[in-house]
Amino acid sequence: MDLKTEQKINADLLRPLRQTSIGFYALVGFLGTIVLAGAGAWFYQMWNGLAVAGIKFPIYWAFYITNFVFWIGISHAGTLISAILRLVNATWRRPVTRCAEVITVFSLMIGAMFPIIHLGRPWLAWYLIPIPNERGLWPNLRSPLAWDFFAISTYLTGSMLFLLLPMIPDFALMRDQMTGWRRRVYSALALGWQGTTKQWHRLEAAMQVMAIAIVPVAISVHTIVSFDFSMSPVPMWHSTVFGPYFVAGAIFSGIAALIVAMAILRKALHLEEYLHPVHFQNLGKLLLLMSLLWGYFTFVERLTTWYGNEPAEMAVFWETQTGSYAPLFWTMVFCNFLLPFPILAIKKLRTITGCVIASSTIVVGMWLERFLIVVPSLATKHLPYTWSSYRPQPVEIMITIATFAGMVLLYTLFSKAVPIISIWELKVGGHGRALPMTAEEDEKQGALWRVRP
Amino acid sequence: MKTIYGLYTDPDSAQQAVNDLRHGGVPDRSIVVITSQPYEEYEFSHRYKPTWIFWIAAAGGVLGLLAGLGLALVTETSWPIVVGGMPIVAWWPNIIIMFEMTMMGAILATVVALFITAELPATQSRVYDPEVSDGKIMVAVEEPQDPSYVERTLVNAGGKMG
Repeated sequence: MDLKTEQKINADLLRPLRQTSIGFYALVGFLGTIVLAGAGAWFYQMWNGLAVAGIKFPIYWAFYITNFVFWIGISHAGTLISAILRLVNATWRRPVTRCAEVITVFSLMIGAMFPIIHLGRPWLAWYLIPIPNERGLWPNLRSPLAWDFFAISTYLTGSMLFLLLPMIPDFALMRDQMTGWRRRVYSALALGWQGTTKQWHRLEAAMQVMAIAIVPVAISVHTIVSFDFSMSPVPMWHSTVFGPYFVAGAIFSGIAALIVAMAILRKALHLEEYLHPVHFQNLGKLLLLMSLLWGYFTFVERLTTWYGNEPAEMAVFWETQTGSYAPLFWTMVFCNFLLPFPILAIKKLRTITGCVIASSTIVVGMWLERFLIVVPSLATKHLPYTWSSYRPQPVEIMITIATFAGMVLLYTLFSKAVPIISIWELKVGGHGRALPMTAEEDEKQGALWRVRP
Repeated sequence: MKTIYGLYTDPDSAQQAVNDLRHGGVPDRSIVVITSQPYEEYEFSHRYKPTWIFWIAAAGGVLGLLAGLGLALVTETSWPIVVGGMPIVAWWPNIIIMFEMTMMGAILATVVALFITAELPATQSRVYDPEVSDGKIMVAVEEPQDPSYVERTLVNAGGKMG
């Protein structure tokens, strides 16, 4: 890669940081207003109590827990995908990883807010933290809710570091390329990074270790979220398939969200030269695989329940197949499988537009899936005299909409502060020469530490 | 600290400069190569490869595991309530806490090891040239014994003196 190309990459990827259009301010203003409205709705709920939400006996988990599971699922777009692609040396990952990792961090933050919103009295949320409180009562570590705390904290910490570490060399680049107060800010963030051989090796080694560590953590996170349900003897929750079902669903929705985000970034920031159709096609293939896997898990779950013919489970089963939740169930099947499958399976249709259409419907379908896991089981639980229905209230709807706006807002602000494509990783991808390592050298270093351009 | 450096527009010239400096008796420890991206395919970037980070991460994981074990045991025995017929010290759920703490320990240890071994954040100013971020490669010699030889070698290899 010659100097001109490198400078062009710098200029192209730093342009969104240097130039700000009216549209940016308008978008931030619009999204900020929605987020404020959501914050207002939450405050209204705190002031008046949880009764203003549609949560009532026996449906104590509804929109908020649906959103919690959904956003934690979306978080699997980034760090997990990025870590796997890094470990399997998928060179096409380079322009994609940061776009993906940012989704993880922000969606985890948003997802983790929902149990706190759901508490009703968020100022007591610290009771979940394993520190002695004034009543001498310690959290019950045998509860899946405490497991959530540990899993999400670990994943959020790991994901933030996994995102931040490779940003240090880019901060150093911005330190050199920017002027004024921004130069001072990036200078502080760069931590005095020079780019010596030693620093590059240590960074790469640390990223390899982090990638190895983050994969099992990511899988554990959504498995543990599934335990929130499967540890309870509630019809259609108490299932051993829930762990892998949730993980597959999380990766599925995560990739879909990533494709949508990449398409928007590509258009809005004029990144056509960096986010190529092949990136969408490759992610589209992954999405196709996950769609099939999702279909498989859904079929397995349904078949086992139907074959078991246990009355309490069948009540929930028929409620979702032909009852009041059937329209949502079949919309979910259409969005997650029937529509995406042909689009993603037929090569001619697996274009950027095709992938975005499939991904958008999958995001909707996966939200519905989370809703259909949470609500019907509680609404039709064991004793028929407790059966009830759920209708979301304006407070819940507003908070839900606000979190989507919040996600877009955070993403927009991030892409204004940091290049959304890792500049140095992109440049490494442009190296043409093969590794001239001798067998002895290769043996000495061990495959783990080798950077594979 | 006196440092002489040359800036190169391509990694082949930088490699040539490093080779020439070595042939001239400049010790490896005095030669610093600074780039805007890792050039793993060049010999000059093969130094400093062996690292303890993996083992430090493993040690961090063990510490995390012990912390998780201790936290679970202390928590459960400090407030011994029977929940759902489970024993007070319930190993199946504790494995989850221990696993998460293990991974947290490994991740934090990795980051601390990175910062220490890569000497970040920098506490004193070091040799650097902002042109590196435009793609140039810096080959520097710290405390050169024969400055004129070093300068000549760097220029002969195609470098622009900084």
